[in-house]
Amino acid sequence: MIRENLPALQVVIPLMAAPICILFKNGRAAYGIALAATLFAFGAAISLLTQVLGVGPISYELGGWAAPWGIEYRVDYLSGFVLVLVSGMGVVVQLFSPASIKREIDEEKHYLFHCAFLLCLTGLLGIVITGDAFNVFVFLEISALSSYILISLGKHRRALTSAYQYLIMGTIGSTFILIGIGLLYMMTGTLNMADIAARIGPVATTRTVLAAFAFFTVGVSIKMALFPLHLWLPNAYAYAPSVVTAFLAATATKVAVYVLIRFTFTIFGEHFAFEETPVATLLMPLALIGIVVASSIAIFQKSVKRMLAYSSVAQIGYIVLGVSFVSVTGLTGGIVHLFNHALMKGGLFLAVACVVLRIGSDRIDDFAGLGRRMPVTMFAFVVAGLSMIGVPLTVGFISKWFLIQAAIEKGWWPVAALVLLSSLLAVAYIWRVVEIAYFRKPPEGEDRITEAPVSMLLPMGALILATIFFGLNTEATAGVARQAAEYLMGAVR
Amino acid sequence: MPDALHPAFLFFAGALLVALLRGKAQALVALLVPVVSAVFVIGLGAGDGWTVSFLGYELQPFRVDRLSLLFGYLFHIAAFIGLLYAWKAGDTLQRVSGLLYAGSALGAVFAGDLITLFVFWELLAVTSTFLVWGRRTPRSVRSGQRYILIQILSGLTLLAGTIIYFVDTGSLEFSFIGLESGLGAKLIFLAFGIKCAWPFLHNWLTDSYPEATPVGTVFLSAFTTKVAVYALARAYPGTELLVYIGAAMTAFPIFFAVIENDLRRVLAYSMINQIGFMVVGIGIGSELGINGAVAHAFNDVLFKGLLFMSMGAVLFRTGTMNGSNLGGLYKSMPITTVFCMVGAASISAFPLFSGFVSKSMVVTAVLHEHHNVVWFILLFASAGVFHHAGIKIPFFAFFAHDSGKRVKEAPKSMLIAMAISAFACVFIGTFPSISLYRILPFAVDYVPYTATHVLTQCQILFFSALAFTWLKLSGLYPPELRSVNLDVDWSYRKLLPAVSRGVYAMAKTSRAAIDAGGLAILRKLGQAYYGLNGPASRLARTWPTGSIALWAAVLLGVYLVMFYT
Repeated sequence: MIRENLPALQVVIPLMAAPICILFKNGRAAYGIALAATLFAFGAAISLLTQVLGVGPISYELGGWAAPWGIEYRVDYLSGFVLVLVSGMGVVVQLFSPASIKREIDEEKHYLFHCAFLLCLTGLLGIVITGDAFNVFVFLEISALSSYILISLGKHRRALTSAYQYLIMGTIGSTFILIGIGLLYMMTGTLNMADIAARIGPVATTRTVLAAFAFFTVGVSIKMALFPLHLWLPNAYAYAPSVVTAFLAATATKVAVYVLIRFTFTIFGEHFAFEETPVATLLMPLALIGIVVASSIAIFQKSVKRMLAYSSVAQIGYIVLGVSFVSVTGLTGGIVHLFNHALMKGGLFLAVACVVLRIGSDRIDDFAGLGRRMPVTMFAFVVAGLSMIGVPLTVGFISKWFLIQAAIEKGWWPVAALVLLSSLLAVAYIWRVVEIAYFRKPPEGEDRITEAPVSMLLPMGALILATIFFGLNTEATAGVARQAAEYLMGAVR
Repeated sequence: MPDALHPAFLFFAGALLVALLRGKAQALVALLVPVVSAVFVIGLGAGDGWTVSFLGYELQPFRVDRLSLLFGYLFHIAAFIGLLYAWKAGDTLQRVSGLLYAGSALGAVFAGDLITLFVFWELLAVTSTFLVWGRRTPRSVRSGQRYILIQILSGLTLLAGTIIYFVDTGSLEFSFIGLESGLGAKLIFLAFGIKCAWPFLHNWLTDSYPEATPVGTVFLSAFTTKVAVYALARAYPGTELLVYIGAAMTAFPIFFAVIENDLRRVLAYSMINQIGFMVVGIGIGSELGINGAVAHAFNDVLFKGLLFMSMGAVLFRTGTMNGSNLGGLYKSMPITTVFCMVGAASISAFPLFSGFVSKSMVVTAVLHEHHNVVWFILLFASAGVFHHAGIKIPFFAFFAHDSGKRVKEAPKSMLIAMAISAFACVFIGTFPSISLYRILPFAVDYVPYTATHVLTQCQILFFSALAFTWLKLSGLYPPELRSVNLDVDWSYRKLLPAVSRGVYAMAKTSRAAIDAGGLAILRKLGQAYYGLNGPASRLARTWPTGSIALWAAVLLGVYLVMFYT
């Protein structure tokens, strides 16, 4: 019974748990509920992915209404993979959160945090699992609205203005996506993804569908913070509570990339998207400029959170670059980097959260001497940082390996060289932190700074171990990513 | 799968253990690591190793054959000597990074595929940098930053080359590559060249080695460049280009070494000169050439290590490394003086010292292939080595004018380490056929001690020494440059001071000009980069929401126009 309805429960359980948190109005009780719901979601996601790997894509008719009239939930290789990622990151962040939010969020708002967190998780999971285009928009709004709440929980007064800016930009983004979906509905008369894909052929070259694709691409570019539409992101990440930043950085933009891949390859189709329109020629330069510019800006940032935020913009560039190759290898690289980047950036932000807990600041100068004061945290930072650079034995290397291979397959040497050389920019911004933490003397009277509590170190350590584990054992990530890429590329043929 | 233990893992595990220990126990455990690992390595034979599958390809992270074994033995000896030397002068950072560094070098020489090689290539870069930083002076921190940047660049070049080579040929095996197989092979060649300190790619070496700690330099001199020599010998034997690159390497450092005051920097230049001989041998590619190259690499680790150890001891005791501030130390450090002179004799290839039995192999190999010009350059370089490493180093540090410094003799642990190296230098030099020649990759039918070899070498050495003495007495030193030319007409002797002073002045000003010019350009570039990307720049500021929205609209317009046309 549970097994059969797992696709629905995947979304419904966190959704139902959210209002219960409000009813209790108590931080501790809310935490218990949120953790239980997140753990359930993670278990469900793993179970779904194993099913998909075993028997192929699963289709689930919500309420027994058959597609295309009813809403269809659909789990294939890509969505199963992203479900595991999102819910997994949810578990890690939930386990990590109690000590961190105690310092960064007012006590009486804790239950609100857990409620908004669950809603955000619901939205993100819903976007990934649904097979209905309009449903994507609905879940997109659920996740976006709840993430505005999450960001505005930050104690810094600029958290509010940052959340507001994100609200405006996010709304423009989802409106564009909605306009795109609306235009598609106009031309095909259906909202089910598979159904649209089947009916789009005859009308594909009409101006309406072209406009739909343009609106959709720009809208989703805002959502995933692709250069130059990334400007809302650095402030939002910098002023949100640290755990929120870690969760959003690891999941929200990744899910937006998922939407890009899903719509382009499954709905519009590889042939229409990349042969009828020059979208690849538009996305690739933006991705490349984003990689270089955002990494360069990151080098000079004074706040570590902001620095990592700019680095995220650059990393989105790598993922989009992989997609814009329109080859199995490139798409594999993009998908695998989507996963890998979530691990390492999540790890980095959690390490910063540990630092913020102890010293109350994320200014890079305040990291002086932390190498000795908080050895575990800083070691985690270094390992995740090495992965960001793309050092072998870490997941970052796997991503770069596929991306460069994809570039060479196409014969695009400058792109390959750029991917390789941009690692040096990552060396520069990671190194700044490492140098100050390990080589600069701490200010006087800072002896009382101690290592973060075990309750935070364990979830963070799990992520760090994962960056190493999946750097060595590539079957689970690169293997599934390749299957997903082949499925997506083959879906059209 | 694993049926033999990889020595790199023993070193890494040892490093972890050492990091947890303190004091005497730490020094002892660190010293035991190479010993324990050596026991395993001696038990290895050609053909041992592992294969694994990674990303769907068969890789061979551990491959044992005669060539890799030779370097495996060598690195164990070097690590042992280095750690013994570090008994008193080392600290946790240096011991741990020294062990990791040696382990990475072992990983690189036992690598059977290019991915594994790349992994250890980068580890080599990262771990060694801490030996430079370990001195904890602002100069060494900056020098270390420049060092790691260039080393990582070499690694990235290797990775790029590997991927292109893989796409071209479908092979990831690390064996003969050769320059003919396309762009990938050329990039890999370049990556090896950076680590090998080829001319114009060599600055990282002379920049960073003299800035490292006394212990650090001993480690650094043993591994990085030798791994590069190994990699060249493995993948590019017989590449003619290498003969000319190597010849250039033997000759050009001599000019810089003569005008350099920091004695460890003199040694760094002479290191490039010695690697030049190895590169020439690899370029020749005959069995004798390869044997000579790897034999010379083996000896170089010992005698260059010995020289760096003696200079490190001087630095440890006096705190300075400038030739002009030293002198007369033979009175207070007599044992170190003797060891330094053994090292000097070895690097200068005196008969009965180790340099002689390996360098002459390379020189003979060159003659066999009738590279007469190269042969002449090598002779010139041999005289030059004797001049700057054989005479200048011991002379300025231990003799010359008395600086008045009275210090203690080097610590016992340093002396023992130097004694082991010195003994090895003499033993290999005297009985090459029962020691070094038995482990070379190809069978040796070469006899170093023939009348011709010994006489030629002695002529070079004695005339070089004569030149030094005469120039010193007539007050023409330091600008002395061409000791080989002494026996030509006396009128040249009158010209010599003028010419050499001119060359000296030119070398000095041009170096200053390049440094200043290069720095100015770099600074301008840096400022421009900061202006573009710094916190106050347009790109990094917080934008008003309206402008961001405007951007979205502009982008939408661009998409629509592009899609419709």
